Parts: sequence; structure tokens; C-alpha cells
Amino acid sequence: MAREHSPRRKALLTVAAWTAGLLIFFPILWTILTSFKTEAQAIADPPLFLNFDWTLENYAAVQERSDYMRFLWNSIVISGASTLLGVLIAVPAAWSMAFVPSKRTKDILLWMLSTKMLPAVGVLYPIYLIFIELGLLDTRAGLTVVIMLINLPIIVWMLYTYFREIPVDILEAARMDGADLRAEILYVLAPMALPGIASTVLLNVILAWNEAFWTLNLTAANAAPLTAFIASYSSPEGLFYAKLSAASTMAIAPILILGWFSQKQLVRGLTFGAVK
Amino acid sequence: MHLQKAACAAAALSLFAAGGAMAETLTIATVNNGDMIRMQGLTDDFTAKTGHKVEWVTLEENVLRQRVTTDISTKGGQFDIMTIGMYETPIWARNGWLAPLDNLSAEYDVDDILPAIRNGLSVDGTLYAAPFYGESSMIMYRKDLMEAAGLTMPEAPSWDFVAEAARKMTDRENGIYGICLRGKAGWGENMAFLTAMSNSFGARWFDMEWRPQFDTPEWKQTLTFYLDLMNEAGPPGASANGFNENLSLFQQGKCGMWIDATVAASFVTNPKESTVADKVGFALAPDAGLGKRSNWLWAWALAIPTGTKKEAAARQFIEWATSKAYLELVAQKEGWPNVPPGTRASLYANPEYAKAPFAEMTLKSINSADPLHPTVKPVPYVGVQFVAIPEFAGIATEVGQEFSAALAGQQTAEEALAKAQALTEDAMEAAGYR
Amino acid sequence: MATRRSRAAARMMMAPAVVLLLGWMLVPLTMTLWFSFRRYLPMRGGDLGWAGFDNYVRFVSSSAFWPSIQATLVIVGGVLAATVALGVLLALLLDQPIWGQGVVRVLVIAPFFVMPTVSALVWKNMFMDPVNGLFAHLWRLFGAEPLAWMSEASLPSIVLIVSWQWLPFATLILLTAIQSLDREQLEAAEMDGAGPLSRFVHIILPHLSRAVTVVILIQTIFLLSVFAEIFVTTQGSFGTRTLTYLIYQRVLESQNVGLGSAGGVYAIILANIVAIFLMRIVGKNLDA
Repeated sequence: MAREHSPRRKALLTVAAWTAGLLIFFPILWTILTSFKTEAQAIADPPLFLNFDWTLENYAAVQERSDYMRFLWNSIVISGASTLLGVLIAVPAAWSMAFVPSKRTKDILLWMLSTKMLPAVGVLYPIYLIFIELGLLDTRAGLTVVIMLINLPIIVWMLYTYFREIPVDILEAARMDGADLRAEILYVLAPMALPGIASTVLLNVILAWNEAFWTLNLTAANAAPLTAFIASYSSPEGLFYAKLSAASTMAIAPILILGWFSQKQLVRGLTFGAVK
Repeated sequence: MHLQKAACAAAALSLFAAGGAMAETLTIATVNNGDMIRMQGLTDDFTAKTGHKVEWVTLEENVLRQRVTTDISTKGGQFDIMTIGMYETPIWARNGWLAPLDNLSAEYDVDDILPAIRNGLSVDGTLYAAPFYGESSMIMYRKDLMEAAGLTMPEAPSWDFVAEAARKMTDRENGIYGICLRGKAGWGENMAFLTAMSNSFGARWFDMEWRPQFDTPEWKQTLTFYLDLMNEAGPPGASANGFNENLSLFQQGKCGMWIDATVAASFVTNPKESTVADKVGFALAPDAGLGKRSNWLWAWALAIPTGTKKEAAARQFIEWATSKAYLELVAQKEGWPNVPPGTRASLYANPEYAKAPFAEMTLKSINSADPLHPTVKPVPYVGVQFVAIPEFAGIATEVGQEFSAALAGQQTAEEALAKAQALTEDAMEAAGYR
Repeated sequence: MATRRSRAAARMMMAPAVVLLLGWMLVPLTMTLWFSFRRYLPMRGGDLGWAGFDNYVRFVSSSAFWPSIQATLVIVGGVLAATVALGVLLALLLDQPIWGQGVVRVLVIAPFFVMPTVSALVWKNMFMDPVNGLFAHLWRLFGAEPLAWMSEASLPSIVLIVSWQWLPFATLILLTAIQSLDREQLEAAEMDGAGPLSRFVHIILPHLSRAVTVVILIQTIFLLSVFAEIFVTTQGSFGTRTLTYLIYQRVLESQNVGLGSAGGVYAIILANIVAIFLMRIVGKNLDA
């Protein structure tokens, strides 16, 4: 029996929520708006909100200077491949942790998470030397592996918490019915695990997309993704707000759009075991 | 199997032959300054002339430095050409990390390169990096505001005059600040300026026994003068302003004077970017009557790491990018005021270029800097606004953070100097100097 | 149901992940440990021999060490406090019936998709710049002298930027938790005359404790290694030099890999202390 909500209360809450939402979103909105201004309009006093001459010149300037599509493609390949690889390795691990837990399961999980705390700068030289040795510098393969390893603990953790919520009874029932392991996974568990895997994939694509230390330090011309693209716009000479905004918009737009379209899936699985 | 291998080899051979023995793809790391961006746009000219292609890795200065230093010190071999400065060149060359740029072609005319710049990029008389552009520092000022303040800028002003003018020009109500100086921490930011300034006040980084000198009255005078001036006549938040921030302030007409790199002159006089393009005058960096002016000397230069397999092509690129012909190419496309300045005597002899209002003062500033004898008292190091030892960048950035904090009002000049002295002593001890 | 066979199978399934992560941890860790006992100065010709514990002593005795620990803890603590507090409020708000809930949710999660470098650049230049930043315009509108954020309020600025990035994450996790709350229990409490505040304190908050734990745990892992935001904004000046940034300065600015590696070992120790602390104090929640 739901409570009656007065329209006035709903209106008030709506206003509050929208205000909060717009405030949080404002920096992004402002960046997008600024990207369509001229450099002079971008610093106009008082600031111009919508009343300016919209122009695409910044995007043209950015594209002329750097080949956006190449950076974009590298970002897509690296974040996609590292996530895929990570999930392939993490699913069995999370699976066994969730369904055949042992005393050490939790320790292993926490240990995995703790590997994420190693400060990246501290191991730059070691990793760089290893990459030279293996010929992996400035290759998408090398970056894919590194990003995968960085995110693997998070992937395992997410999948584990998700798998754990799958009732074991169902498995046993399926086994009673004579299902073998393959059938068990394919027909019983996969459908239930899919939302969790989907949101894991999404979260990790985002994390991989935004990783800005290794992607910058291990690449040169061939494998550089959008994080390197933005590094060439961070403080050029003279007025640069509009061009910086255009470059920023180009760097975040793909992932922002992906995120928005798939936010339901993302949110559904994003619990990390927070909900029981 | 054997057949296949042979076929492969034959295919490879024919490819090699078809490509003309030498068509290479060069990977060049460079900084995202305007002149380099322009060079990127002109790469097609190089490709048309030589057949070599170029892949650019353009990064913001700090990222670039971290990237190329890691690569060269581990022999990573990611870049065929690196853009480095006057600070790195002697250190890297001594480590044997750079290919010497000897045997340059006659038409390149290496003797045309300004002596001060060439010396700064050479070790024992051998050039290791070719200057793409060179700079000193000078005063850029607003003629209209100077006139309104009832003053005339001499060609070679003293610090006292600059301070007086700055105070008179300041009009906070209207967002006009008498002087804009670097305050952002970094060895190439506020410390470049302050080290050069300290030279004119008779201070130095180290004495002949490598003892840090921040506890001397000269440094105290330098820092106090700087802090007082900035507090009274500087823009708000100056402790976060580096070259770029000040440039944009000046272009917006918010600075009365700005003492910074001579290359800024072409930006502040470019009507497309600057709102004050026709009102800018130039003067030599100030002095305190001790015989040294407060201008620095710097060049961004192109160098080839040893071990690259494409050294021949890389040389061709460097000759192209730092040649007289390149200057003409830029002049033809973008006009003479936009050519990369400060490297060649012939450029300043060119009557077309001399029309630029800043040409003469730039040359005078560069010529008046002496990296071999930068200070009033003798020092064991070379470099005007830096000390060419590997530890300097790290030390100076930390010292710069202390000075920057003093500018932000978080500590006094004395506290900042005491901390600077302590941390420099510590670092020099760690490096085994003392 | 855990037979010996299934245990063996489980181990097999876990093996790739464990082995890979072990390698990812051990190889760099061993090299870091090795370097930390060497005089490794790339600019002076590389490995110059054994250094004993010199690097460890020097790293800690530097005047920058304790302030860097403090800055690290302030940033981590500040961001955690801000994101959890605001996250709870936002989650409560988004849980209410409002018009356009989907759109508001989209707006709220957006910062999570923005690269740290981009968000730091945008905040630093377009909002916090003391001359052209939007905040400066806003301050002047009210007749105040614009604040030089990066120098006068450096730590709060960084906390603000990082919190902005992590608020969506906290909000989403907390929102999921709130939505799983038993409505009948709440309504029963309301029937019994419990006010909104007492309902919040006695029913909602305890229910959220597990979610808060998760938010703190996951965020701490990421926050301990915050780097881009500092690199882009203050470059470690004005008291924003965290342990991670100090290591960066030692390794890349001073080109002293041995010293930086010793710092790296300290950072691992700090991370583990924090991890154990988290496990002991709040980790219990996860077992429940």
C-alpha cells in the first residue's frame, strides 16, 4: 500500500533533484557549450551562455592538428580488448570463488584488490624496462595486457559479488535433472549471470578508457589513445579554452554516449555486493 | 616451406627496392608550442622533398619531458627525434645519448646559428641538438598605459624603474595589473624567471664548492623585491601563473608589463590573438646596476637519440626543420613575424624580418645572455636560468614550490629561503657533491 | 556439494587470474625492491651500485615526507567524506518519485565518464581560474575578490574536483542499496509516528552501512593513487604533494629511481596499512 504523495511534495522534490542534477552536470555542459564558441567568446565577461555565434572552427582546428580517428580507434581497441580479456579470465575465477568458496576465498579477493594499490609511478621504470625487453612499447597489445591487469581485480570482485547472489538451489536442481557442467553453465547460469557480466563490462570499459598513466607513458605514435590526444591540448599558448573544450568533448563524448545508452545495465549490476 | 620463405624474401626485397632504399617513417616527440604546431602543419613539404613520412607525438611540456627522459635513459628507442631544451642537451650529450650533429651540409650553414645559442647546445665544440627556436627574455609593456602613467620606458631599465612603473600602472578597479611575472612552481616556470632575476641582483645557486647560496643576502633581496612587487602590482592568483597564463592575461590587456620569453612578442603583437597588438613596446630585461641583466637564454632544439636505426633520415629532417629554407617557407605561408625566431643571424639581417617591432630587441637580449658566465660572482656551472646538472630540475621544482607558496602568502620570504637552502643541501648531498 | 573434484576444478578456474595477478604484482615489486637498494640514477649513467638502506632513510628524513602522508590522507578522507555524505543525500532524493527521474539520473552519473585529465583541466581553467574562470565571474558578480583556487585553497580544490568525479559512483551504489530497502518496514515505522529524521537514522542508515563500506573500500583503492588531478592542477605545490606525487618527483623530476623506488615501497606499506584498517574496521560488514 503506497503512501499518497501530494503533488506539491512531488513538485518540490522534482525541483530539488533537477537542481542537483544540473549542478553536477554543469561542468560538462559548460565544456560542450564552450567548444562551440570562438576563443574570444570563451572568455567573454560576463560569460556567454547560449547567446553566442555557434561555430565549429575549434573542432576543425583540433582535427587538423591531430588525427582524432586514430586516437579514438586505439581507445576503442584497448578498452574493448582489455575488458574482454579480463572478463574471460575473471569469469571462471569469480565463478569458483562464488560457488566453491574455501576459507581463503576472501583473502584471495582482498589480496587481488590490494594489487591495485601499487603506485603506478613507482614501477614506471621496471615496467618500461620489461616492455623494452618484450618489444611491447607503443603497441596496443602491450597496453591491452597492462590495462587488463590493472582492472582484473575489480572485474573479479564485481563478478564474484554478482554470482554470489545466484541461488545455489537452482544449480543443484539442474544437476538432479542430469545437466552436465556445460549445460549447467549455458542454460541455467548464463542467463542469470548476464546482467552482472554486462555491467562489469561497461564499468571496465569506462575505467580502461579513462586510464591516463600507462596509456600516456607506454605509447608513442602508434598505440596512443585519447588520453594522449588530450595531453597535447592541456596548455598551449594564448587563448585556448575553446579548443581545449572541443578536444575534451571529443575525448569524452564516445564514452559518455555509451554510458548514457547503457546506464540501466550499468546501474543494475553496479553493487559490488553492496546489496544483500 | 623453403619455397615459401624464399618467396617471402623475394617479396621483401622487391618492396625494399620499390620503396627507394630510404623511405622511412620518423617518429618525432615534440612540445605543443605554437611554432611546433606550425611545423607539424608543414610536414608535407618535408615528405615531398625527401619521401620520408613523419609521425608526430605532440605533448604538453611536462608530459613530454617525462616521456622522452624515461625513453632515452632506458634506451627505449621510441623516438627518432626528440625535442629537448638547452638544459638537457649538455647532460644527455655527456652521457653519450645523443648523436653528434657534425658534418652538416654546406647549405645548412651551421655558422649562421647565433653563437650564444650554439654554445648552449654544444659540448666541447660539437653541436648535439639543432635549435628550432631560441629565446631570451625581455620586457613587453603597454605603451598606452606607460604614457598614461607619465613615464617613458628606457631601452635598458633598472628594477627600480620597473617597480615604480608597475605600481603607477596598476588599476585594480579596471582589472589592470602593473606587472605580470611567473609564479607557477617549476624549474622551467617561476625558477627560470627568478634564477635569471637573481643573477642581476648578484646572487647565484652555488658557490665554487657547490654550496647552496639561498642563505645569502642577495637571494633575500631578490625574493623580497619580487614578492613586494607582485603583491602590490601583480594579478590575483599569480602563484598559479606560468608562461601561458601570463600570455593570455597580457593578450587580454590585463598586464601593464610582462617580463618573459622573447618568443611571446610575436603572439602579443598578432592582432588575431591579441587585443593590444598595436600598443606593445619592448625593452631589455631590468638590471640592478651590477653588470648582469635579468634575461635568460633558452632554445628548444631537435636531437637524435643514439641507437635509432633511422639516423640518416632523422638528420635530413633536422636539417630541413632548422634550415634557412624552413624560415622562408613559414614566412611565405604565415608572414615573417611568425617564423621561429632566435636561431639564425641571417634572419635578423633580413630587412623583411627587421620590420617586426620586436626583432631588434630579441637579438639584443639573446646576445646579452652568457651561459658560460651567468652570474656576478664566479660559479662552477653553466646555464643562465638553470644549472646544467642532472639534479637541477628536481631541486629547482621543489625550491620553486616554496617560492610559489611565499607568493601565495602561505609563508614569508625568510621561511621559503630557509626551506630552499635545506632541501638543496639535502639533494646535493644525496647526489654526492658534498 | 563441494566435492574434492569440484574443489580441484575450482582451483583450475581460479588459476589464470591468480597467476596473472601474482606476476603483475611480484615482477614489478621485486624490481622495485631491487632498485630501492641501489644507487640508480639514470641521468648519471644508471645503476651505480649498492646503496644499503640509504634510500629508505633519505626518503623518510626528507622534509617533504610527512606532509605528503598528511596530504594523501586529507585528500582520501576529504573525498570519502564528501562523496558519502552527498551521495546519501542524492540517493535519497533520486529514490523519491519525481518527474523526469531517468534524465536526472543520467545527469548525475555523467561525471563518472569523464577522464581525470579532462576534468582536472576543465575545472582548473574554466572554473577555478582567478581571472577568466566562471567562479571568478561569479565572485565578482557579488562584489568579492576572486579566489585563486589553486594556491589559496589548493587542497579543497583538489578534493572538490576528485569528489565531483566519484560522487556518481557513490550515489549509484547507495541508490541501489536504498531501493532494496523493505518499504513495509519504513511504512510501519511511519505509522508508529517516527519522523523522517528518526526513520533515516534508525532504518535507512543501518541498511546503508554495507553499501557505504563498499563505497569506501573501492574508492580508497582508487584515491590512494590519485595523480592526474594533481599533475594537471598544482603540480604538487601548495601542500598538495601526496605520497604518489612525491614518488613521481623523485623518480621523474629528480631522476633518482633508487630513491623513488624506496618511496614506492613505503607507499605499498601505507596502502597495506590502510587496507588492513579497512578490512578490520569496516570489512566485517562484507561478511554479514
